[in-house]
Amino acid sequence: MPELKLVSKNFEYDDQPDIKSAMSRGAYQQWKRVLSEKIPPEDIIEEVKTAKLRGQGGAGFPAGVKWGFVPKDSPKPKYLCVNADEGEPGTFKDRALLEKDPHQLLEGIAITCYAVGIHTAFIYMRGEFYEPQRIVQDAIDQAKKEGLLGENISGSGFNLEVIIHMGAGAYICGEETALLNSLEGGKGWPRLKPPFPALVGAFNCPTVINNVETISGVPHILRMGGEEFAKIGTEKDGGTKLFGVSGHAAKPGLYELPMGTSLKELIYDHAGGVRDGKGLKAVIPGGSSTPILKPDELDIPLEFEAMMDAGTMLGSGAAVVLDETVSIPQVFMVMSRFYAHESCGQCTPCREGCTWVYKTAKKIAEGNGQPSDLDLILDIAPMFNGTTVCPLGAALAAPAVAMVEKFRDEFLKLMKN
Amino acid sequence: MRTLSDSTRQQAQALMEMYPTKEAAMLPVLHLAQKEFGLIDDEAEQVVAEVMGISPVSVRETSRFYFMYHHHPVGKYHLQVCQNISCTIMGAETILDHIKRRLGIEAEERTEDGLFSVERVECIACCDRGPAMLVNDKLHTGLTPDKIDGIIKESDPERKLDHMQSEGNKE
Ligand SMILES: Cc1cc2nc3c(=O)[nH]c(=O)nc-3n(C[C@H](O)[C@H](O)[C@H](O)COP(=O)(O)O)c2cc1C
Ligand code: SF4
Ligand code: FES
Repeated sequence: MPELKLVSKNFEYDDQPDIKSAMSRGAYQQWKRVLSEKIPPEDIIEEVKTAKLRGQGGAGFPAGVKWGFVPKDSPKPKYLCVNADEGEPGTFKDRALLEKDPHQLLEGIAITCYAVGIHTAFIYMRGEFYEPQRIVQDAIDQAKKEGLLGENISGSGFNLEVIIHMGAGAYICGEETALLNSLEGGKGWPRLKPPFPALVGAFNCPTVINNVETISGVPHILRMGGEEFAKIGTEKDGGTKLFGVSGHAAKPGLYELPMGTSLKELIYDHAGGVRDGKGLKAVIPGGSSTPILKPDELDIPLEFEAMMDAGTMLGSGAAVVLDETVSIPQVFMVMSRFYAHESCGQCTPCREGCTWVYKTAKKIAEGNGQPSDLDLILDIAPMFNGTTVCPLGAALAAPAVAMVEKFRDEFLKLMKN
Repeated sequence: MRTLSDSTRQQAQALMEMYPTKEAAMLPVLHLAQKEFGLIDDEAEQVVAEVMGISPVSVRETSRFYFMYHHHPVGKYHLQVCQNISCTIMGAETILDHIKRRLGIEAEERTEDGLFSVERVECIACCDRGPAMLVNDKLHTGLTPDKIDGIIKESDPERKLDHMQSEGNKE
């Protein structure tokens, strides 16, 4: 399938962060229409459900359904938290959305808040996003000046404050409840669910948490209509997704494609296959938490369910291409180091398990492993299931098992006997 | 004991009023304090606690959880080299080795003159342009040994680079 650009439509224009230029290309038209036509908030939520917009932060939960969980007449204030923590290794799409089209995100935030009855939105941005912060803050200031955010927007009586909250370097704060604790000024420890944030979220108030890409898609749903948007994708996944390709691809970068495009097409037709005429060893399809695939396993539609059926996950849609020169035990070591480093330490199985896997991986990569180490890793892996507060440990276990099972020979070659 | 400048105190005050609870201003206030003090050590934690009217223990609990708050001094130029998968397979280790050799320090160390420090960091979300690193708040991508030399030279024009062996020169 050819590229189909919705959220990345204006990435080619350098002046898109300027509100006048963005508006000349249609920015805020849907937001203005919502206000001038006084579209009922419930209708917007219905439209987003019809569009089959799924959460783009990794879990794929339907956005409209999530918004529907928020109580309509809550005596407490409600909040939106836009998840701009983008920490999943391999993923770089939200940075682009923030830097290249901040007004699209702000328009999506405005419409979302109107639909759910929210007057304060936080953009939780990872601390290392210095440039995105500058660009988005500037965009917020411009939008306020134009009367598109702030008090009594366009005379509608609707108020909306948008606040950027910078994190401070902790991958776990991308997990939505850790994000809430971090927003509230604490350490980023995930919370037990239930209660879900839609009922008890930020500051104990009902809260919607959505990824940057999810929210950036909202204006397009209003522009096209939910039905048209849904038609682009597959039966369950509406619209497009921004896929990122990194590693040894001939043309690394972002490609916006209809949901359901095959992974093989993404790698070969769009990203140009492997660079320098080398052979392909493997692909990590959706960020480092997703199980690795061998070259003959790539013919899978990029949609949430089909990827699960294939034993992996769509994740954040960030594919890493590994050519034939790559050492899988080395990649395994780097990957497990990450999870061992980023475990928040709250649950013993995750804290100990990730460190254990990393130590074993390091030993193997340095040539000191034994075949029994591989069995140890396979034994540890199921111990994360259902024993921890959040899925971080499981996010290491599944890809660890896949690497060991699919590349056992390569691991064994590194061992002495 | 150190104190925060009046303007930083005012910014901290404004932040505490902006959020639904004053505690929520903790991360941004710690960022402000780090900007002013260069690090968040015990004394900086005390100052933040006093300014925010929060117990020092709570401030400490938060500040020690996050990797971006430095508890030891870092260099004027703090090199944060991505060590995650995409950058690694594009040569991040070679880049790190080159930096270490050029500066004569190991990762997580600072040069004696206090100008440079090096740290390994996890993915910084520009994986299609690796190897990548941040120098303070500036992102550098597509790193090569030559680019590293350029960045070091630009930061410290006096620095002699040619007396040290590096991978880049050996080839
Ligand atoms: C360990 C961990 C890290 C996560 N990191 C991110 C992240 O960086 N960005 C993000 O949008 N979602 C991340 N998520 C998913 C969020 O918990 C949550 O599902 C998402 O923000 C919801 O938004 P969406 O429905 O629009 O995807 C992470 C989840 C886990 C378990
Ligand atoms: S599973 Fe790991 S990261 Fe998640 S809460 Fe437990 S210790 Fe923290
Ligand atoms: S792996 Fe280095 S920026 Fe993502």
